[in-house]
Amino acid sequence: MPFSEIAMYIIVFLAVYVQVFFMVTFFERRKHLNSLHGEETPELSQFPTVAVIVPAWNEGTTVHGTIDSLLALDYPKDKLEVIVVDDGSTDDTWQEILKYKDNSQVRIFQKENGGKHTAVNFGIDQTKADFISCLDADSFVAPDALKRMINVFQRKPDVMAVAPSLIVNKPKNIIQHAQKVEYNMSTYNKRMLAYLGAIHVTPGPFSVFRKEVFQKIGKFKKAYNTEDQEIAYRMQENHMKIDHCHTAYVFTSSPNSIKKLYVQRLRWIYGFINNTIDYRRLIFKTKYGNFSFFTLPSGIISIVAVVYLSFALLYNFIIFIIKKSTEISIKGFNLSFNTNLDWFFINTKTIIFISVVLYGMIIFSILVGTKLSKQGQGFHWHIIIYLLLYSVIAPVWLLKAVWNTITRSGQPKWR
Amino acid sequence: MKGFQKYFFVLLITCGIFATGWYLSNYVNNKKINEIKDIQNKIAIDILSSETQFSLLEELSCQDVDRSILSQEIATLADKISYSEQNVGDKEEVQFLKKQYTILQVKDFLLSKRIAERCKQKIATVFYFYGNKDACTDCTKQSYVLDALREKYPTLRVYSFDYNLDLSTIKALTSIYKIQSSLPGLVINGKTVSGFKTVEEIESLLPKELTNPPKNTPISGVKKTP
Repeated sequence: MPFSEIAMYIIVFLAVYVQVFFMVTFFERRKHLNSLHGEETPELSQFPTVAVIVPAWNEGTTVHGTIDSLLALDYPKDKLEVIVVDDGSTDDTWQEILKYKDNSQVRIFQKENGGKHTAVNFGIDQTKADFISCLDADSFVAPDALKRMINVFQRKPDVMAVAPSLIVNKPKNIIQHAQKVEYNMSTYNKRMLAYLGAIHVTPGPFSVFRKEVFQKIGKFKKAYNTEDQEIAYRMQENHMKIDHCHTAYVFTSSPNSIKKLYVQRLRWIYGFINNTIDYRRLIFKTKYGNFSFFTLPSGIISIVAVVYLSFALLYNFIIFIIKKSTEISIKGFNLSFNTNLDWFFINTKTIIFISVVLYGMIIFSILVGTKLSKQGQGFHWHIIIYLLLYSVIAPVWLLKAVWNTITRSGQPKWR
Repeated sequence: MKGFQKYFFVLLITCGIFATGWYLSNYVNNKKINEIKDIQNKIAIDILSSETQFSLLEELSCQDVDRSILSQEIATLADKISYSEQNVGDKEEVQFLKKQYTILQVKDFLLSKRIAERCKQKIATVFYFYGNKDACTDCTKQSYVLDALREKYPTLRVYSFDYNLDLSTIKALTSIYKIQSSLPGLVINGKTVSGFKTVEEIESLLPKELTNPPKNTPISGVKKTP
């Protein structure tokens, strides 16, 4: 068996392993998931104080929507404060924020531009609330989201942070629909990672932290524009439990073009690679549990696999082009396609059957994730679009992120 | 499930999925091998039938001889064997079928030649000896040339042989036609040439009856290069 085939089998084996791991977790916890699904908004025994920080940098068009969605939260007004921090915007963001200066629930601040994490840290310094959250000024929360998340903290005293389910807000074009499918799948993955105690990111949009987190391990640190990931790594290192409340929905704006998506994902993947390098001491250490043995290794494997597959695909494509051009130079250009659809020539190698199972499991995770996100049921053709689109474009940002890391050619921009 | 027990359990399931994939692949590939076997059996019967017909020639006129000695399946048979070499796991079985195919080709050639002699017809044949990709870098190009010629002259009979196939028939052919190990090697109507040859070079060695055909065309037959 040639090396390329062995490498392919190893990659597919590991990919199947990861999916089976998620699936086994799903079936172990299915009863628990069913009990949560469709659950009424919980009634809290008491309402702790909550501060939501809105860092805004040139978000003039969306910041009021974000603040309004926070003010509309089903939570006692005297227990919820909204801290809006204008991070040196150059557009009309500050004018938009000023409209809330007389609202007793809203406190507004303006500072010099220093990056999102400096704005959030500034906000943290301004509050004494028991729970602190932040919401990017391009996202909106469902009214019952906070109650549901605080309920998790009250039921589980050892949980230090809770992440919500992210949903793509009003997708319009095919790129946004593909992202919606991806986000739904992430809800499934994140729910399973939560069961495993192995979440590696507390997303910028509306993850809620106990104030003790910042007191014990410090505030957000500059980390390749993926500070929400770095703090999750730091929490895992300090054995602070992160949970996921899949019934708390946060609607977030998504890039509407390939270019914008590329910039966002380059930042994410670059962040993942570099945060993982910074925290490599956590890999394969028993005391860090599944985060150490499952989350980090599977992330690293997926990056190595995509890099390898991209080069293998490119190599095969070049060989194909050379062969085809030789054939055309000898036989002449012939447009007639081979209409011989004999089943004999369908590839029936072992890897094909396993790949079918693998894709089946991925589609399963999308379908479950869609149900958990309450974004419909059953198969939708957007799933196919997602699988096709991402298999073509995802390797591009991934390779670029690896390239930037190797050459130290600077971290990607925020947007 | 706690701790590493789960990792082990997941490993077992993953191995199970691989084993099932391997079993299914084997099952379908066996079906493919059987399909090749069926085609070869049919061809063997066709040849036997033609040989029998030929034996009866003394009592028959040339018009009664079936001109299309090999059945049409042979067109795809070479493709299928070639494909199986690349994609079907059971190499020994495929090699066995390839040997059978080689012998059938030689039998077809001998029979065509005898019928042509008896009926005073001319046939144009090309023997093509190829090797694996590493040993013969020009073989892919040569295959395209022969494909092009076959399309241009449907009555041209191209027989392709794997130079490295461990078969006494191949050894006999390479010794008779003095084929060297510098592949590709061609025998064009009995004349041996070695190295890559273009369409024009091969055409110049083919009989005029083929390149400028008279009304009575020679025996027809279709072959493909594996």
